[in-house]
Amino acid sequence: MKRVKIRVFRYNPADGADARYDEFEVEAERWTTVLDALLYIKAHKDHSIALRYSCRMASCGSCGMVINGIPRLACYTKVYELGSDVITCRPLTNFPIIRDLATDFTAFFAKHKSMRPYIINDAVDRIDGREFLQKPEEVEKYLQFSYCIKCGLCYAACPTVATDKRFPGPQALAQMYRYLIDSRDMATDERLKVVDDRHGVWRCHFAGSCSMVCPKGVDPALGIQLLRAYLLGMSRDSKVVAELYRREK
Amino acid sequence: MVRESSIMKVHYYTGLAAIVLVAIHILFRLTVPEGYSASLEYENVIANYKNISYTLVLELILVTVAVHGFNGLRVILLELRQGDAWESAVKWLCIAGAVAIIAYGTRTIILASMM
Ligand code: SF4
Ligand code: FES
Repeated sequence: MKRVKIRVFRYNPADGADARYDEFEVEAERWTTVLDALLYIKAHKDHSIALRYSCRMASCGSCGMVINGIPRLACYTKVYELGSDVITCRPLTNFPIIRDLATDFTAFFAKHKSMRPYIINDAVDRIDGREFLQKPEEVEKYLQFSYCIKCGLCYAACPTVATDKRFPGPQALAQMYRYLIDSRDMATDERLKVVDDRHGVWRCHFAGSCSMVCPKGVDPALGIQLLRAYLLGMSRDSKVVAELYRREK
Repeated sequence: MVRESSIMKVHYYTGLAAIVLVAIHILFRLTVPEGYSASLEYENVIANYKNISYTLVLELILVTVAVHGFNGLRVILLELRQGDAWESAVKWLCIAGAVAIIAYGTRTIILASMM
């Protein structure tokens, strides 16, 4: 067990006071996560701290914050692994602050939604008992991108999002590639029009910071480069169309 | 409206072409029998403009660098600020800038070739 100092960013845009850091001492075991420490502080020292969390197991994507300078999931970051006796928790950058560590995801989700993150295929009548047949190699093309939990860490780390508010961000662009390359999706041209814009996929500087911070191994930077390659006509033949298959009764 | 992918293709191709053309331009200087510094003397520089393939290389460098550079500037300015009026102004200013630089440079090349 060790004692660590947790510095928590405090700011409430509604009360007009300046932002500050409050400091708390907590005892941490080897298994204590930063979220555990923050919840301990909230329960025993200052219940007014605002933060968001739900699953506590890196699945819901709601506990993202900047911990010791890097966007991370608080429930997935152990105090010991940070190798420091001082842990500073700040709200995610590139997101408006609601209060303290809680940030507003409205713009982030709107950008995700603008990518139409679902299969578009008008030819399929869902009630006639048919289903798509996908080969394992077709699934592999998008599987890694479908692990995204929309935690926003990549968006917080992106230098282009920091300056260009119209840039969709790594999460949305990686999801666009995920649906574009899915053999069940037929909306290739519509999808490309959305990202082939002056604030679209071309504005990525390939800093790669999105992929560095992604807790699920999605590698959004790879998705962006694959999307670009597709637009440049370098990988058009990588898009295959799944067969419709009638399920045996 | 021109698609961004088409503009970026031009951006990449002009960037690559500029590297090759500038390399050819430097090689022109290095392969002069009298040596590199002699190639920069006034008479030799002016004499170069009488060589049609050399002036063609210069004109191509001018066009590729102007197009690539002003598109790069457009991208930087688009990331700096957003807004329909700003973005439209940036687009037209960059087109005007590239056209002006190409026109002025071409005029210089023509004048030098007539000296
Ligand atoms: S790509 Fe990774 S970092 Fe970005 S939102 Fe999805 S899971 Fe989070
Ligand atoms: S609490 Fe759900 S990802 Fe951390």
